[in-house]
Amino acid sequence: MVKINGELLDKNGKTVSEILAEMEINSQHVAVELNEEIVSKAKYDETILKDGDVVEVVRFVGGG
Amino acid sequence: MIPTKEEMYAALEERHGKELQKKLNEASVAVCGLGGLGSNIAAALARAGVGQLHIIDFDKVDISNLNRQQYYPQQLGMYKSDALYDTLKRIAPYCDIRKDCVKLDAENITKLLADADIIVEAFDKADQKAMLVNCVLENMPEKYLVSGSGMAGIAPSNMITTKRVTKRFYVCGDGVSDVNDGMGLVSSRVLICAGHQAHAVIRIIADEFDI
Repeated sequence: MVKINGELLDKNGKTVSEILAEMEINSQHVAVELNEEIVSKAKYDETILKDGDVVEVVRFVGGG
Repeated sequence: MIPTKEEMYAALEERHGKELQKKLNEASVAVCGLGGLGSNIAAALARAGVGQLHIIDFDKVDISNLNRQQYYPQQLGMYKSDALYDTLKRIAPYCDIRKDCVKLDAENITKLLADADIIVEAFDKADQKAMLVNCVLENMPEKYLVSGSGMAGIAPSNMITTKRVTKRFYVCGDGVSDVNDGMGLVSSRVLICAGHQAHAVIRIIADEFDI
């Protein structure tokens, strides 16, 4: 299981790009932390989530 | 006649305590984007006696800003960095303020923000927010970063929170209220988010990291 934004989900083996697509989040509007480390946008396609990973997906919306 | 530097510092010490005021006075904060969030965050930090402020924006004051941003009709057409500098100097005449009229991008961020202990993301566009946050987290892991996301419209105040995403990265806002969904930005709700961000900064300066 992978913990995404506090929720335990069965996402083992999926890439960061895949989970963003499932969450319908534009990858240009997001910051992703994996086990307290930022995931570079260039690595979204190749970063594969594994059991026990903790992911924080921070989505940015317009306005300020 | 305005008070002397010593008189103003003593008044701040009286309110915040000597220990906290010393930390505030020694702190260096960069505010990136001087719109509804950034202009109000900078004003709050200047009032609290933050010693070094770096304010950055490339835009000019527009009539559409006046409903929520820390500018006056007399300042329309001025660069925001110049207009806010003037206002902050009226609020806190002895604050060390550096202003830059520049668009931050992946090329200049690490150089321009090198001196700040704490970086505040206060942009308006989602892709620019993400760009700054990713750039700082990837290249400047020693910095504290306080970002804002989701404060448009008139949804309840209490939806707006401060989240500590990782050790040095905080996000304030409701995370969902997007200005592009047709809701405008309303002064009171933008100020709540700005207040969350400014307060997160002050707590970090105070070595209080919990939320």
